[in-house]
Amino acid sequence: MMSASVTIAEGGDPLLQTRGEPLLAVAGIHTHYGKSHILHGVSLEVGRGEVVGLLGRNGVGKSTTLKAIAGLVHPTAGEVVFEGRSIGRLASHRVARLGIGYVPEDRRIFPLLTVLENLRTGLDRHGVDKAKRAELLDKVYAYFPILAERRNQRGGTLSGGEQQMLAIARAMTLEPKIVLLDEPTEGLMPRMVSQIAQIVGALHNEGVAVLLVEQNVPLTLKASRRVYFIEKGEVRHHAMASELHVDDPVIHQYLGV
Amino acid sequence: MDIPLDQILIQTINGIVTGMILALVASGLTLIFGIMDVVNFAHGELLMLGAYVGVVTLGLTGNFWLALASATVLIGIFGALMYVVTLRPLLGRDPLTTILATFGMSLVLQNYALWQFGAVSRKISEPIVGHFNLFHLDYPWYRVAVALISAAIIGGFWLFLKFGTWGIWIRATTQDRVMAQAMGIPVPWVLAGVFAIGSGMAAASGVLFGPFGGVDATMGLNWILRAFIVVVVGGMGSLAGSVLAAILISLLEAYASLWVSPSQAIIVSFVVLILTLLVRPTGLFVATPK
Repeated sequence: MMSASVTIAEGGDPLLQTRGEPLLAVAGIHTHYGKSHILHGVSLEVGRGEVVGLLGRNGVGKSTTLKAIAGLVHPTAGEVVFEGRSIGRLASHRVARLGIGYVPEDRRIFPLLTVLENLRTGLDRHGVDKAKRAELLDKVYAYFPILAERRNQRGGTLSGGEQQMLAIARAMTLEPKIVLLDEPTEGLMPRMVSQIAQIVGALHNEGVAVLLVEQNVPLTLKASRRVYFIEKGEVRHHAMASELHVDDPVIHQYLGV
Repeated sequence: MDIPLDQILIQTINGIVTGMILALVASGLTLIFGIMDVVNFAHGELLMLGAYVGVVTLGLTGNFWLALASATVLIGIFGALMYVVTLRPLLGRDPLTTILATFGMSLVLQNYALWQFGAVSRKISEPIVGHFNLFHLDYPWYRVAVALISAAIIGGFWLFLKFGTWGIWIRATTQDRVMAQAMGIPVPWVLAGVFAIGSGMAAASGVLFGPFGGVDATMGLNWILRAFIVVVVGGMGSLAGSVLAAILISLLEAYASLWVSPSQAIIVSFVVLILTLLVRPTGLFVATPK
């Protein structure tokens, strides 16, 4: 292992932002899909308001890690701790309501619901009154004016980039403390890619943490404070993003680029 | 053979009245199928039990409307419990297991009704007794009222699905159950709620139909068969498709019974079913396959 080791010992990782309790701590989780063993003890931490990248080749378990955090896959061993509470066995709708927004790789917007109805899946929840809903809606429309224009259009009729914005906007309606972004720039035009980078920056400025899974290395290094490298279902390396560059041997080693 | 115009008009009204009750039965069935891919063979028995709750309530209170409301609510709750106990543990398994489970429930409920209420058919008296003159016939207002009440229930349900929070939750869950959960939608409650709504709608149709045909333990069988035909012809999981198919099939049966006896006229719906399966297996009224 090259630089910092990855531990969640008391006192914290020296690379972590704060020495206090992390917002999210994933400790040695294993997952299985049928008979295949997908994650072999993934550990990582995300501090409050911190943007953390998760890099690795295809099929190494990055998406599964996000799914395990979102409660869509239950770990067979290990723990997921959010704000000091163990959430590894919680149903995913309860996980979402704790403030974990999930934006999946294939966007998975509700194709037959309108843009507004897609957003209402997150807005219409207990404890959010009408005024607050309007305020949240205005906020996401301010971030994504195109969604306001298309509010009565069915989600399935939007372009790929618009669907990605809708998927992120939809997660934002949950007022998340952390957003799990799975390959948000995949298949998007360069103009859209820079917009996604801006959105990650905006979430960070609002104090929302982001766990970013990406193939786009320059974007990940630019947007993140720290990055984890995952290989064969395990975190193998962990570094400050500012200490890496696109041609770094570490990047070549774990991503083969 | 020459059919007079007044006969055709009378049969049109008859077809629409039966079609609206059938639509009410089929809506619940298609809704449940759409959201959890469960073919509920006990749906007809929920209708039958609803009719019996209606009979009992009517006997106790003498109020038809109270009987209609209590049957809807009680059978709605019963349906949700039935889902939690018998179907929820089977979701995600081979569809055959849920088919067998609901079929088993239908046998249990039928025999329960036979044991509890006996084999003699019970009657629900019409709450509206007036008639109006339709050509040479005294046509009962109650029939018209049934069509309107059914339409109101389906319309109200459509508005609820379209605009209500639960409606959006139900539609989101139907489209992508996993993502709905990731958005914080309480999917287990939504599924139980859908079963409750579907069961309540079946119970309401049982009470509404009670004054026409009487209430007995096997009355559900008649309806469930036709409701299945409607759901397949309308497109599995499509609410609008089911309503249109229910009206289409009932009208065709009503017209057919101008030439043949009503029991033979049922053949028409099977012909429509077979043609649909041959020509457009995804359903006549579905724009794109789900």
